[in-house]
Amino acid sequence: MLGFLKKPVAVTVEINMNLVALTVMGLISRLWELSYPRAVVFDEVYYGQFVSLYMKRIFFVDDSGPPLGHMLLALGGYLGGFDGNFLWNRIGAEYGMNVPVWSLRLLPALAGALCVPLAYQILVELQFSHCAALGAALLILLENSLITQSRFMLLESILIFFILLAVLSYLKFYNLQRHSSFSGSWWFWLLLTGVACSCAVGVKYMGLFTYMLLLATAGLHFWHMIGDQNLSNVSLMCHFLARGLALILIPVAMYLSFFYVHLALLYRSGPHDQIMTSAFQASLEGGLARITQGQPLEVAYGSQITLRNVLGKPMQCWLHSHTNTYPIRYENGRGSSHQQQVTCYPFKDVNNWWIVKDPGMQQLVVSNPPRPVRHGHIVQLVHGITTRYLNTHDVAAPLSPHSQEVSCYIDYNISMPAQNLWRVEIVNRQSDTDVWKTILSEVRFVHVNTSAVLKASGFLGASLPEWGYRQLEVVGEKLSKGYHQSMVWNVEEHRYGKSQEQKEREVELHSPTQMDISKNLSFMAKFTELQWKILTLKNEDTEHKYSSSALDWITMDTNIPYWLHPTSGAQIHLLGNVVTWASANVAALVYACLSLWYLIRRRRKIHDIPEDAWQLWVSAGGMCVGGWAVNYLPSFLMEKTLFLYHYLPALTFQILLIPIVLQHLGDHLCRSLLLKSMFSALIVAWFSSVYLVYRTFSPVTYGEPSLSATELKDLRWKDSWNILIQKQ
Amino acid sequence: MRRARPGAGASRMPAAGGGRAEPGPLRQRESRQRPGRPAAPPAAARPAALALVTILSFASRFHRLAEPSHVCWDETHFGKMGSYYINRTFFFDVHPPLGKMLIGLAGYLSGYNGTFPFQKPGDRYEQHNYMGMRGFCAFLGSCLVPFAYLTVLELSKSLPAALLTAFILIFDTGCITLSQYILLDPILMFFLMGAVLSMVKCNSCADRPFSASWWFWLSLTGMNLAGAMGVKFVGLFVVLFVGLNTISDLWDLLGDLSLSLVMFGKHLLARVLCLILLPLAFYVTMFAVHFTVLNKSGPGDGFFSSAFQSQLIGNNLHNISIPEHLAYGSVVTMKNLRMAGGYLHSHWHLYPEGVGARQQQVTAYLHKDLNNLWIIKKRYSDTADLSDPSSPVEFVRHGDIIRLEHKETSRNLHSHRHEAPLTKKHFQVTGYGINGTGDSNDFWRIEVMGRKAEKLIKVLRSQVQLTHVATGCILGSSGKTLPKWGWEQVEVTCTPYLKRSPNSLWNFEDHINPKLPNISLDVLKPSFVEILLESHMVMIRGNSGLKPKDNEVTSKPWHWPVNYQGLRFSGVNETDYRVYLLGNPVIWWLNLVTIGLYLLIAVSTAVALKRGVQLTSELKELSRVVLHGGAQMMLGWLLHYLPFFMMGRVLYFHHYFPAMLFSSMLTGITWDTLLKFCAGLLSPSTTARKLYGGGFLALFLLIVYSFYLFHPLSYGMIGPMASDPSSPMAGLRWMDSWEF
Repeated sequence: MLGFLKKPVAVTVEINMNLVALTVMGLISRLWELSYPRAVVFDEVYYGQFVSLYMKRIFFVDDSGPPLGHMLLALGGYLGGFDGNFLWNRIGAEYGMNVPVWSLRLLPALAGALCVPLAYQILVELQFSHCAALGAALLILLENSLITQSRFMLLESILIFFILLAVLSYLKFYNLQRHSSFSGSWWFWLLLTGVACSCAVGVKYMGLFTYMLLLATAGLHFWHMIGDQNLSNVSLMCHFLARGLALILIPVAMYLSFFYVHLALLYRSGPHDQIMTSAFQASLEGGLARITQGQPLEVAYGSQITLRNVLGKPMQCWLHSHTNTYPIRYENGRGSSHQQQVTCYPFKDVNNWWIVKDPGMQQLVVSNPPRPVRHGHIVQLVHGITTRYLNTHDVAAPLSPHSQEVSCYIDYNISMPAQNLWRVEIVNRQSDTDVWKTILSEVRFVHVNTSAVLKASGFLGASLPEWGYRQLEVVGEKLSKGYHQSMVWNVEEHRYGKSQEQKEREVELHSPTQMDISKNLSFMAKFTELQWKILTLKNEDTEHKYSSSALDWITMDTNIPYWLHPTSGAQIHLLGNVVTWASANVAALVYACLSLWYLIRRRRKIHDIPEDAWQLWVSAGGMCVGGWAVNYLPSFLMEKTLFLYHYLPALTFQILLIPIVLQHLGDHLCRSLLLKSMFSALIVAWFSSVYLVYRTFSPVTYGEPSLSATELKDLRWKDSWNILIQKQ
Repeated sequence: MRRARPGAGASRMPAAGGGRAEPGPLRQRESRQRPGRPAAPPAAARPAALALVTILSFASRFHRLAEPSHVCWDETHFGKMGSYYINRTFFFDVHPPLGKMLIGLAGYLSGYNGTFPFQKPGDRYEQHNYMGMRGFCAFLGSCLVPFAYLTVLELSKSLPAALLTAFILIFDTGCITLSQYILLDPILMFFLMGAVLSMVKCNSCADRPFSASWWFWLSLTGMNLAGAMGVKFVGLFVVLFVGLNTISDLWDLLGDLSLSLVMFGKHLLARVLCLILLPLAFYVTMFAVHFTVLNKSGPGDGFFSSAFQSQLIGNNLHNISIPEHLAYGSVVTMKNLRMAGGYLHSHWHLYPEGVGARQQQVTAYLHKDLNNLWIIKKRYSDTADLSDPSSPVEFVRHGDIIRLEHKETSRNLHSHRHEAPLTKKHFQVTGYGINGTGDSNDFWRIEVMGRKAEKLIKVLRSQVQLTHVATGCILGSSGKTLPKWGWEQVEVTCTPYLKRSPNSLWNFEDHINPKLPNISLDVLKPSFVEILLESHMVMIRGNSGLKPKDNEVTSKPWHWPVNYQGLRFSGVNETDYRVYLLGNPVIWWLNLVTIGLYLLIAVSTAVALKRGVQLTSELKELSRVVLHGGAQMMLGWLLHYLPFFMMGRVLYFHHYFPAMLFSSMLTGITWDTLLKFCAGLLSPSTTARKLYGGGFLALFLLIVYSFYLFHPLSYGMIGPMASDPSSPMAGLRWMDSWEF
C-alpha cells in the first residue's frame, strides 16, 4: 500500500522533437512580422466589418456562412481590446492606432501554424514512416499560398485546421478501436472528431464536405464491424449509438450553440434588419422594437395598420397609396382605370396607414370590446389619409400587363363598380379560426370577386415611372401559383383607431403608436429564420476582377493580388508554390493510375504488393484523394463567385498524398538498391527545388522586401498571373 | 374503354377476364404445389396477363384521345416542329431531333399537310388532321405499360408484382395525360423503358453469352439508348444507368477466373460495339436525316454559322451574290465565330446605372435584325464623301484602322477601361458619339487571321479580329447572357487577354455596297462533323439559357414525388374543357411511401446477410430480388431524379415522369416482397395465402377506385373549378396547391 515509498516517484515524459520542431517552424513562418502590413488586406475589408459589428453588438446577416468563423475573428479583436471603431471601406486603407492588428490576425495564423504538426500526425496515424510524415509537414510548411492565407484576418486557415483536426482525431479513434474500445482516449478522440467537424462546418459551409467524407468513412468501417461475427449484437448496438451520439448529435448541438452565442451577442438592431421579418426585428434592441413596443396584438375591425411585404428583397416596402391617380394612358398606349395609385413604398410614411373595416358596418373605430379579425374573414381596407377603399379589377396593371391593377377606388360614375372586398388568409395559421396577429401573422389578401391575390410585383428592379414616383408596383395576381413571399404581408405598426372624424383621424395617424404588449421569439424560431435567410439570401452572381473558375486552380493559372504598398511596390499575392502544386497533381494522377492497375490485377488474383501494403494504400489514398475530391469537385456545380482560396482545403489533402505516393514508390517499385538510392537522391533534389521556389516567391508572400519592376517581371512565370507592376 | 375492347377480338376476351380474376386459380394451384407459399404462376397466366394489361393500357390512352380538339400546352411547340419537318423548314430547338422527326413522320403518314400554324395553346384544329400525331404518341405511351410489366416480371419472377406495376401505370392519371398529346415525353419514355427492358432481358441471357437472343437484346439496348438521347438530353440518365450496369457486369466477368482474358476481351468488345458504336452511329444518322430533311431557310438560321446558313434554300447566303471584298462605306453584319455566336448588335437602350458607363448597349444577338447592320468608315471621315457615288471605291486592308458606325443609331463602336457588365476582367463595349462623331476610343484595327499586311478582306471567308487601338484589347463575345435590361442577349466585351479563341474572331456576313459588283460566292461547305458539333453547342447553350425569372413561381424538384402541384394542360375558366396533368395522388403517395419502405427492407436485409443470419431458400430468393432487382430500380429512380436538384434551368412537373416509372416498378417489387415475407411469417397455409392474395387485391382495388375518382383530370373536366364547393371535384382537392 505504501509502495510508492519504496520506489522513487518518477515522471517519464516522451517528447517527439520532430513535432516540437515542426510546431516552432510553423509558428515562425506564420507569425513572423504578423502586423505588417498595417493596412487592410483583401477580404479583411469584408470580415473586418463583422468584427466591428460584434464589438458593437449590432445584428447582421452574412450569407457567406455560419457565424463561428466570424466569432473567432471577433474573439481576437476582443482579446486585443478592439472597440470596433474603424471604417472598413477599402483594401489598402491604413489601420488606426486603435485597431489591434496583431491580435486580430493571431488566431488564423495560429491555426495555420498548427496545420504543420497536424499533417505530420495524420501521416503517422495512417501508418506511414516518420520520414514521409516529416515530408508532408514540410510541404505544408513551405506552401506559399497557405502561408499567405494564414497571415491575415481570413477564415480558410481556421477551416483547414479544423478539417485536419477532424481527420486526425478520427484516425486516432479508428486506430484505438482495435484494442481498446470504449476506453477514455477512445471516447476522447471520437468526441473530438464530432466537435472538430461541427467547428469546420461552423466556420464555413465547405467544412460540410469533409464532415460527409468522415461520416461515410465511419459508416464503411462500421459496415465491416457488422460483418464481424465475434461482436455480439448488443456491443454492436453500443458502437452504433456511440458513433451516432458523437458524430451526429453533438455536431448538431454544437452548430445550434454557435447560433445561440451569435444571437446572444448581437442584440442591437443594425443595417441588415430589413432582411428579417418584422417579428425578428422587433426582438432586437432599438430599431423596430422601439416603435412596436406596446402595440395591441390582435388586429380588430377598426384597427389602423401598416402592411409590410414579407419578401423584403431587394428592399422592404409597405403597402402605400397617395392622392395621385394612374395616368389615363401609359407610354405604350395601354389604358388604365385612372383611379388612385396603390404602390409599395420602401420608406415609412403616413400614407402607409390603412384601416381595417367591416364591410357590413360604417364605423372606422374599434368597438369596445374589440372584435378581432380571424382567418377567412372578409374585410375592406381603407386608406387612412384619403379614406379610399383598396380595390382591384380586370384592368391590366401598369408594368405587369398579365396581372390586375390595384387601385384605391374612385367612383367616376362609369360602369365600373367598386370591387373592394378582400378575404384575409393567414398563411402561417395554427387552426382555421386563428386571429390575425400584429407582426406574427403572415397574411394573404384574396380578392373576393376575382380571387386575385394582392402582390408586390415591383421587385425585378423595375419600379414605376415618374408618374408613380419610382415606387414599386402592386398588382392583383390572377392565378395564385402557390406560395410566394411577395404575396404575403404582415402588420407591422398597429393601433386601435379611436377617432370618428377624418380630421381627428389624420392627427391620430401622424402620432406615434404607444401601447403595452411586447413579444419575444424563441431561440429556435430565430435560428430557423436566420439559417433560412443565410441559405437563401443570394447576392448577385457577378464576376469579381480576381475571381476564377475551378478549372484554373489545378494548374494555378490564376492568383489574387491581396495588397499593394501605395509607394514602394511591395505587394502580397495569394500564389502557391508551383513545384508543390505540380507534384501534388502528379501524385494524384500516379495514385489513380496505380490504383486502377492494382485493382484490375487483383481482380484476376494477381497480387503485386503484400496485402497489408494494399490496405494501407487504399485507406491512406481514400482519405487524401477523397478529401481532395469532396472539397474540389463540388465547386464545378456551385453557382457562386469562386476564388483561388476556395481550393486551399482540397490542396491540403492533395499535398498529403505526395509523401504517401513517394513512400509507396520507394518501398514497392524501387526493388534494387541502386534504384532506391537514385530515388532518394531525386527526392532530395525535388525537395530542394520546393524550398527554392518558396524562397523565390516569399517576397510576394510576406510583402517584404519590396521588389523592383524587373524582379517582379521575372516572378511572372505565367502570363495569366496578375503581378502588379507600377508604372514609373 | 369499351370502344377499344371489340378490337381486341372475341377470342381474347375470356383470357383477359381470366387474368383479372387471377388470384382465384392461382390460389388453388399454389395450395397443391407448396403449401403456404405463393408460387410461380402457371405459364399460361402470363400471356393472358400481358394481354390484359396491354389492352387496358391502350384503352386508357386512346379513350377520348381527340378531346380537346384544340392545341394543348406544349403541343404548340412540338406540333409546330412536326410541321416544320413536313414543310422542310429549318428551325432550332434545344432538344435533339428524333422525337420531333417521329412526330413529323406520324403526321405525314396520317395525312397531315403541315399547314396548321400551332400558334398558341387553345387554337382550334378545325379540319386539320391532328389525330395521327396524337395517336402515335398515345401508342408509344401505351407501350410503357407492357414494357414495365415485362421488366418487373423479369426482375422479380413474380406475376403479382408485375401486375401491380402495370396497374399503377395504367391507372395513373398523370401517365395517361402525358401520353395523350403531341409531346416528346411519351417518345422519350418509350425509348427509356425499351432500354431498361432490353437491358434486363440481356442480363437474364447472361448464362448464354453470344447467343442470338443475347446479341438481340444487347443491340436493342444500344438502339434504345440512342433513341432516348435523340429525343431529349435527359436520355443521358438512362445511358448512365445502363453504363453503370454494364461496368458492374464487366467487373463480375473480370473476377471470374474461369473466363480467359481473350473471352473477357470479346465481352468487352461486344459491349463497346453494341452500347457505344451502334448507338453513336444511329444518333449521328438521325442528325444526318435531320439536316437532309430540313433544307429550307426558316426561323432557326441565325443560331448557326454563316457557312451553315449558306446550305439552306431561301437563306440570303444560299447561292449568294455579294461584293467579295470589304470596302469603306459598306454596310455589313458581323458574326462571332464561336459556336452559336451571335451578330454584333446595338440598339437605342443604354447600359443601366451602375453597369459601366451609361452609354448605348452593344450585344451579340442570335436573330437577324436591322440593328445588326454596321457601316465601315475610315478613321477620320465624314459621311458625305462616302455616300457620294462618284468617289472611288477604297478597299479595307489588313491592318487598317477603321471605325464601325451602327447604322440605325449612328453611334460608333466604342470601348474604354470600364468593367464589362458580366465578365469583370474585360472592358465594356458601348455605342458612343452622335451622328458618327465620337472620340479616339472609337478606333479599331482590323486584322485577318493568318494573313500578311496589305491584303484585302474577303466577306464570309476572312476570320477577322478587331483590336481596340487605345487600350489594345480585342473585341469578343463572352457567351454569357445579359440580364433583363440587356434583353437577354449575349454580352460583348473587349478582352485585354490576347489568347486566341473563336470568341474574339468575327466574319462579315451580309455586305451591301452599291458601288461594287456582286459576285457569286460559294462559301466553304462545312463538313458534317462540323455541323454536328455546332448544332450540339447551340442546343447546350439554348438549354442553359432557359433560366427561371427572378420572381417567377417555379416547380421545385421536391414538389414532384409528393404530387404537390400539377400542370394546366388545357382550359382556365369554368366553361373550358380542362385537363390538368397531375398524378393519381393515391398511386403517387403509395410510390413515395414505398421508397421509404424499400430502404428499410433493403437495409435490414443487407445487415441480416452481413451478420450471417441463416436464411431459408425462399428468403434467400427474396433477398436476392430486393438487393438486386429492387436496387436497380432504386438506382434508376435516383439517377432520373437527383440530377434535377442541381440543374439551374427552368423545371417542370413532367420532368419527374421517367423517375416515376422506376418508382412504380420499385413499388411492384417491394410490395410483392413484403407480402411474401409476411405470408412466410404466418406459416398456416390458408392464412398466408389469404394475406398474400388479399393484400394484392386490396392494392388493386385501391388503385382502380382512386382512378375512378380522379379520372376527370385526364379525360376532361367542365364546370366550376374545384375550389368552388359546388364542383363535383371539390371533395377531391386534397391539397391547396392543386388547381383543377
